[in-house]
Amino acid sequence: MTVYVKGVVFEGVDFDDPNSWKLDAYVARGGYAALKKILQTGMTQDEIIAEMKTSSLRGRGGAGFPTGLKWSFMPRNFPGQKYLVCNTDEGEPGTFKDLDIIVNNPHALIEGMIIGGFAMGITVGYNYIHGEVFEAYERFEAALEEARAAGFLGDNILGTDFCFQLHGHHGYGAYICGEETALLESLEGKKGQPRFKPPFPASFGLYGKPTTINNTETFASVPYIIREGGQKFLELGKPNNGGTKLFSISGHVNRPGNYEIPLGTPFSELLEMAGGMRGGRKLKAVIPGGSSAPVLPADIMMDCTMDYDAIAKAGSMLGSGAVIVMDESVCMVKALERLSYFYFEESCGQCTPCREGTGWLYRVVHRIEHGQGRPEDLDLLLSVGANIAGRTICALGDAAVMPVQGMLKHFRAEFEHHIEHKNCLVRGY
Amino acid sequence: MLTPESLAQIDRELTKYPADQRRSATMSALRIAQVEHRWLSNELIEFVANYIGIPPVAAYEVATFYNMFDRKPVGRHKLTVCTNLPCALSGGADAGKYLQQKLGIGYGETTADGRFTLMEGECMGACGYAPVMLVNNHSMCNHMTPEAIDKKLAELE
Amino acid sequence: MLEIEIDGKKLTVPGGSTVMDAANSVGVHIPHFCYHKKLSIAANCRMCLVQVEKAPKPLPACATPVTDGMKVYTHSDMAVKAQKGVMEFLLINHPLDCPICDQGGECQLQDLAVGYGQSSSRYEEEKRVVPNKNLGPLISTDMTRCIHCSRCVRFTEEIAGYQELGMPGRGEHTEVMSFIGKTVNSEISGNVIDLCPVGALTSKPFRYSARTWELSRRKSVSPHDGLGANLVVQVKDHRVKRVLPLENEAINECWLADRDRFSYEALNSEERLTKPLIKQGGVWQEADWQSALEYVANGLKDIVDAHGAGSIAGVATEHATVEELYLLKQLFAGLGSHNVETRLRAADHGLKTAGATWLGQSIVDVATAEAVLVIGSTLRKEQPLLAQRLRQGVKKGLKLSVVNPHADDLLTALAGQVVVRPDQLVEGVLAVVKAVVDAKGVAAPAQIDLSGVEADDAARAIAASFADKEKTAIVLGNVAQQNPRYAELYAAAAALAELTGAKLGVLGAAANSVGAQLVGATGAGNVFAEPKKAYVLLNTEVEFDVGDSLQALRAVQGAAMVVALSSFGSCALEHADVILPVSPFSETSGTFVNMEGKAQSFNGVVRPLGETRPAWKVFRVLGNLLGLENFNFNSSEEVRDIALAGDLAAKLSNALAAPVAVKAQAASGVVRLGEVPIYQADLLTRRAPSLQATVDGAAPQLKANAATLARLGLSIGGQALVKQGQGDAQLAVELDNGLADDVVRVPANHPLTRALGAFVGPVDVTQA
Ligand SMILES: Cc1cc2nc3c(=O)[nH]c(=O)nc-3n(C[C@H](O)[C@H](O)[C@H](O)COP(=O)(O)O)c2cc1C
Ligand code: SF4
Ligand code: FES
Repeated sequence: MTVYVKGVVFEGVDFDDPNSWKLDAYVARGGYAALKKILQTGMTQDEIIAEMKTSSLRGRGGAGFPTGLKWSFMPRNFPGQKYLVCNTDEGEPGTFKDLDIIVNNPHALIEGMIIGGFAMGITVGYNYIHGEVFEAYERFEAALEEARAAGFLGDNILGTDFCFQLHGHHGYGAYICGEETALLESLEGKKGQPRFKPPFPASFGLYGKPTTINNTETFASVPYIIREGGQKFLELGKPNNGGTKLFSISGHVNRPGNYEIPLGTPFSELLEMAGGMRGGRKLKAVIPGGSSAPVLPADIMMDCTMDYDAIAKAGSMLGSGAVIVMDESVCMVKALERLSYFYFEESCGQCTPCREGTGWLYRVVHRIEHGQGRPEDLDLLLSVGANIAGRTICALGDAAVMPVQGMLKHFRAEFEHHIEHKNCLVRGY
Repeated sequence: MLTPESLAQIDRELTKYPADQRRSATMSALRIAQVEHRWLSNELIEFVANYIGIPPVAAYEVATFYNMFDRKPVGRHKLTVCTNLPCALSGGADAGKYLQQKLGIGYGETTADGRFTLMEGECMGACGYAPVMLVNNHSMCNHMTPEAIDKKLAELE
Repeated sequence: MLEIEIDGKKLTVPGGSTVMDAANSVGVHIPHFCYHKKLSIAANCRMCLVQVEKAPKPLPACATPVTDGMKVYTHSDMAVKAQKGVMEFLLINHPLDCPICDQGGECQLQDLAVGYGQSSSRYEEEKRVVPNKNLGPLISTDMTRCIHCSRCVRFTEEIAGYQELGMPGRGEHTEVMSFIGKTVNSEISGNVIDLCPVGALTSKPFRYSARTWELSRRKSVSPHDGLGANLVVQVKDHRVKRVLPLENEAINECWLADRDRFSYEALNSEERLTKPLIKQGGVWQEADWQSALEYVANGLKDIVDAHGAGSIAGVATEHATVEELYLLKQLFAGLGSHNVETRLRAADHGLKTAGATWLGQSIVDVATAEAVLVIGSTLRKEQPLLAQRLRQGVKKGLKLSVVNPHADDLLTALAGQVVVRPDQLVEGVLAVVKAVVDAKGVAAPAQIDLSGVEADDAARAIAASFADKEKTAIVLGNVAQQNPRYAELYAAAAALAELTGAKLGVLGAAANSVGAQLVGATGAGNVFAEPKKAYVLLNTEVEFDVGDSLQALRAVQGAAMVVALSSFGSCALEHADVILPVSPFSETSGTFVNMEGKAQSFNGVVRPLGETRPAWKVFRVLGNLLGLENFNFNSSEEVRDIALAGDLAAKLSNALAAPVAVKAQAASGVVRLGEVPIYQADLLTRRAPSLQATVDGAAPQLKANAATLARLGLSIGGQALVKQGQGDAQLAVELDNGLADDVVRVPANHPLTRALGAFVGPVDVTQA
């Protein structure tokens, strides 16, 4: 797979060298310098958080929440235990960037978490890793061992008073555990069922203690920001969309893979980097931010730049940066059927609209795909979707509805054709 | 019900969590138990629950919520293919069909000789490597073209 | 205080309230399923969505905290649309089987569907079918009806204290169930039936026996433990069909123990007697009331004339009403006898207090105390709802500890736990006294000899839990009250209470334990130790209601005349000469005084079965026949007013009437720990088939710790022969590592163990 780098997380990583992930290689390319800078120059917690705010780094897990702001919410003088949690439960269809970070540059994440722990006065952290990439979990555990042995992690880091313990924790097959409060429940050894918010994790998180949760890529971006300064990171991207970001490109391109590029890069350039459309076929549509983002047709997409604001303006979301590219051979009914099945299958089942609604959506789309659609089904889908969206405990409900709304907004005719002719306009994926 | 090695592994996981939060190790304990026995019988789930110190039904909730746990016997090799949309666009669904034909079983079934169980999986977070196939939960195989599948199957006894 | 507005109504609510709390406080009803005031907030049903000004989406009222100035609309377009949307989702997979559903008529889904549902369904896919589960003899399941509100699951975890139910599976495959093959065994499990808003969990004994709207609802009071749970008894065709809780926050809250709920089965038992019977030439003959009463009156009189008033005894349990016990006592007084006793399971009658022993404070006060020490109690089985209340107290910071002859799990955190032999309970308490004396650097109280007493870590932990606390309590349970050294134990507890400033209390074992003392139906002591010529037994089964059942049985068998006033045959038929069929609590008016000294009167809920009569009326007529004075009562209220005349509170006192010297003693040898199994406690529970079918109703086993089992040559699952006095019993062997060495736990007052003697005493145990 291709990894294209013009950014901070993979800076200097040699993807052909099987040892490039190791501590020595990481240190050689400037790793743990940020941590040393903090501990040796006496950089304060406030200074770190200010740097994070300047960087304009927004959470890379999907919601795009400003990281510096999130860190500032953490009650810094809370007397009891606090926790730092990394979200590597990457399971959103189309997203595979965190896997590459853990496998190829785990120490960037570890260093980022240690810095986060220092900044927020937290002494214990966990990284929750998607169960299906078990080898990444093992890689992470190995990297932790290295960091502990080298004195970067554990008690009295680099000979100072600062202590930070970090552990790996794996999932075992549940997409919903990517949602941060479901992740916490799962980390506590329960079913991964999201919690109602408020209270937010910053006041009631892991084991009921104040907790900060960030995505893998978010943490992995931190060492650069501290080492080089927030301003420099910001300038890599564009205002309010600071830095570079990993885009996972899948689907009908010649070179699927991860592309770390500045936010604000035009989609057309990204498509070119990915080798263009496979087989020279025509671009039909793109899901620009993981399966939960509404689909956008080719023409809209070709005018977009890849950043939070531009994609939102176009009517979708940058989400986790998973770009699913579809050419003209894709049947949108079939594509939606598969996505709807995913949300139905992955709903935790806790709250009524999601538990009952995702199954309903899937069954209706399934019927349409199998030639049993009725003209009123499309309005029914929208109406059921409206009864789910905004009424569930977590955002999986909304995530299940977005693909339906996006598809019906831009490709309604294809659905109508399906219902009328009981078959497809195109050959299918 | 578990070997001293497995118990030692569980004990190691337990050290990651505060002493009054043993429940946090439930998922890894069940995983370790499943690796040893290949699937989780009710007795095994109850054993793990007692070892961790949680009600059996709480462990059962975990074992049934996460779909990499097997609560029925599986073949010597469990193959899970991702057929979700991004993978399907790059041959994931076709790889699944190829496996079904080649092994003569459907999803969720085990070959008569008990060698393979085939599963349809959800997104594994590896869509860029499609088609992807997970072998025995812990080993990810990338770019599974028919040739690659043939080669892999031959390797698995 | 926060000022908010709900549907245009202004109100102020305390900080920390939810929108649901606020709405409830002004009587605005917000539809809901998963919300329950006693359970944690789940916010999973989404039925309670309301509109909140400035919020872009509807918010769940049950989980949304109120903020100052908040404006809430519960019936706006946005709110109603959201509620209707949720209702539609709840109904798409719900079966349309209301006509055959036991919940029909009292189903929250049915009720709300009328207001929020649509007449026809837009869902045309196949409905989900969920297999039913076997949760045991009390709870029936129809899991297809489950709406996943998780109330039942939260109940087992949070209120009952152990997660017996869970929701395995994911998404729409999630199902409520116990762990495979396990039944729900909590002694308060039946509450999930009330909690279930639909017909997924219903009462197994009640199933299909009546439609809810055919039932009339009558208030009553539970005749079992000393809590005095308030009941709604549901009746059809003069039969009790079902029992539900009557909410009383100060007593049972909204809960019932399973025996409060299901013991009604006994009321309709085949064993009920309906006619007076007289044994003639060894054969039972039906008699009319007049002849039977005359027979009894003459018989008693003859015996008193021939052998003196000391030769007769009146025996009742503390489950009898104030009115019954008062008249029994008066009847005997009229015959010149003071031989009336209700404390039948006591082994030590030596304790003398200044008044009737009681909880020493209210139930609420105990549950909201800062530290509570329970001495000698298998609390969950003796006082299921009090145990629950203390469990909730612990969550709010109560430090709970125990001194016990076992380590049974109270399903909550303990601050300290002293485990001793049953004949060493006194020494267990003395260890705590010693720890307090040491910690405070004060002298031991007078009469308490601490020589040879050591405080171990457990005793010190208990002492520490009382340090610097204002509101504390020390209570004595059934195991303590039945102990052969009860007076000493009580005195040691009193000394500890004095030292720590705690209030001393006694957990009334039965519904009317306090009332029995108030009317003076106790004090005769053991009326079986020296056999009497005649016994009058009021709803008393000597094999099962008396501590040393073997001794009691012998005494009754040797008596010249035994009069049984009984609701049921069996035991009475075996030992009596005359049987007078009397009403159980459901067929008479009466009064129970609960453990906190609260007199609760109730009316009969059905008319007496056949020719059955209320016992208080029977005594009144007997009094008349014997020509006794002051026996002209026209109603039970008149009896009560005289029986409980004066200031009740002034008659309650836990103060020792005379000092009791306490000194540690050594103990050795194999000792029995006998307790009454929860569903053997009284004659109703004994006859409730569903309760008997539970795990708690199963045949008793002999239990001991591993070392003791080894020393006795017993193996788990094998059989043991227990010999005590002249009796013996054979029981299966089970491990209980919570017991001290040389303790064998052998339940008492059970058909399998009725031939044994005292609850606590030496036994011989061998492999059978
Ligand atoms: C259904 C669902 C799935 C999610 N999956 C992920 C995920 O796999 N990885 C992730 O980092 N965040 C995921 N999120 C977002 C997290 O809840 C959370 O916002 C994020 O981890 C915060 O980190 P960030 O601020 O660094 O982005 C998911 C959210 C939802 C609602
Ligand atoms: S069984 Fe009843 S109480 Fe339990 S979750 Fe289902 S609907 Fe709720
Ligand atoms: S899984 Fe979050 S609302 Fe259903």
